[in-house]
Amino acid sequence: MKGETILTVDDIHCGYDGVPVIHGLSLTVMEGEIVAMVGGNGAGKSTTMRTIAGLMHPTAGRITFKNDDITRIPAHRIVSMGLSYVPEARRLFSKLSVRQNLEMGAYTTRDRAEINARLDRVFDLFPILKDRANQIAETMSGGEQQMCAIARGLMSAPRLIMLDELSLGLQPSLVDKVLETVVEIRNSGVTVLLVEQLVQESLEIADRGYVIQTGAIVHAGSSSELLASPEVRKAYMGM
Amino acid sequence: MNPTGFFRRFGWPVLLVILAALPIVGIVGEGFLSHVLILVLLNAAMAQAWNIIGGYGGQVSFGHSVFFGIGAYGAAYAVCVSETTPWPGVLIGALLAALVAILVSYPCFKLKGHYFAIATFAIVEIFNRLFMIWDWVGGAVGLDYTILEDGWKNFTWSVDKRGYYYGILIIFALVFSLVRWISRSRAGYYLRAIREGQETAESLGVNSTGMKLAAMALSAFLAALCGAFYAQYNFRVDPPMVMSLDMSMKFVLVTILGGIGTFRGPLLGAIVLVPLQEYSRAYLSRLGSGVDLIIFGLIIVLMMEFQPGGIMGIIQHYSDSKKRTSRRRGVTEASS
Repeated sequence: MKGETILTVDDIHCGYDGVPVIHGLSLTVMEGEIVAMVGGNGAGKSTTMRTIAGLMHPTAGRITFKNDDITRIPAHRIVSMGLSYVPEARRLFSKLSVRQNLEMGAYTTRDRAEINARLDRVFDLFPILKDRANQIAETMSGGEQQMCAIARGLMSAPRLIMLDELSLGLQPSLVDKVLETVVEIRNSGVTVLLVEQLVQESLEIADRGYVIQTGAIVHAGSSSELLASPEVRKAYMGM
Repeated sequence: MNPTGFFRRFGWPVLLVILAALPIVGIVGEGFLSHVLILVLLNAAMAQAWNIIGGYGGQVSFGHSVFFGIGAYGAAYAVCVSETTPWPGVLIGALLAALVAILVSYPCFKLKGHYFAIATFAIVEIFNRLFMIWDWVGGAVGLDYTILEDGWKNFTWSVDKRGYYYGILIIFALVFSLVRWISRSRAGYYLRAIREGQETAESLGVNSTGMKLAAMALSAFLAALCGAFYAQYNFRVDPPMVMSLDMSMKFVLVTILGGIGTFRGPLLGAIVLVPLQEYSRAYLSRLGSGVDLIIFGLIIVLMMEFQPGGIMGIIQHYSDSKKRTSRRRGVTEASS
């Protein structure tokens, strides 16, 4: 069920140390969608995600989330507004247990009963994490760590979750499994903005997609349109 | 309950009771051993105060002698200039140190990695030079105590060291208990999360700047209490004595030797380093000045080369290998 616009990125420009990386990028995400942002290495996908998450700020342009302007709002406040970001390479707190990692994700609430309820929800989604709850995060396999990272992102009870390069460092069979859980997350009522280098796999589960190249959107449309586009197929799927 | 479980649960209160009993059984009173024990507790408290931000928070500060010095000057100023008891100076000094910590740390926290550490080096030099030329606090000469009546009112004991011992034991217990509580609280997890990945912590909603400032302020407050004790114990302060890179290094090295970011590390580091430093200074100083510092430096270099986790790292290593051996033995017995 697709609803109203939940996220609008309007003509943003940003970069690192004065070097521009994103040049006038715009996109929208509707409530209840899975939107995939795909592109090659160094295209600016993660920079866009970091900018939306408030970890860096654009030099121009505007970002609105649920009609609130979040362009200049710091990351820790954006999370409490209902936007969660799962960074690439998992970045778990390696020395903390799975449960402690997950509870870190619930930073925005102090209510113990609410935290436990959220834990139950993510354990329903990722039963393996319940078995591994007291295990130190770094001792888990790559796939389990990725699930833990996604679950941690869900612990803030977000309206929109941004997942950055879920497939990074995972074997192909695990990639499929992780992408299946993305669909389950959407089905549970959380909107998903997905960034991936695996163009075909991510577009197959998404409703819409954006193709990003050298810091700008070069193609946009429904997933089926993008999957059928000869340009996209040639450039990103080697077909 | 096995011995490990008992130690984990009751080790800390038992240790405090044993330390409190030392003067009663005559181990602490007058003499060199009492002096060494006092310095062990002082250095352990200093290192643990530093451990809050340097160990748990992962922000390696070389600027803690500034806060230590402000605490020392607070107490000394109250006694030497205002001619009151040291207590108001102790409180004002500690609060001032926390405030200075917030003011100087805020811009420094914008820096990452080694740049933060380098900035804190510079802050020590700035404060050292300021206090050197500041006549209001005695300039380069510093402040010398006048003779005060012995007792808790003046926090002064001229011969018997038991008063000082109990004084530093209270500070030691306060600092360690606070850190024990923090390390098990949500704040402790947040600090460790910031240490492991500041950006990730922020993306989960942690206000990393706020957390680090709070940790630095508490760390500075406790360091200042240690500084006030140091001034009272030595009956004088001057900038090289309390506000120098040498003093800052003590905060860092004791923690690193014992085990950075661990609860027991600062005490273990002080137990090894302080007696070594004091006894080598007492017995080897005739070989030339700085022999104690050579030994001190050599231990740190060896530790960094072979066990960066410090003494706690060695303990953990043996504990892990013991567990592995017993697990293997269990598997072998089960299969046979």
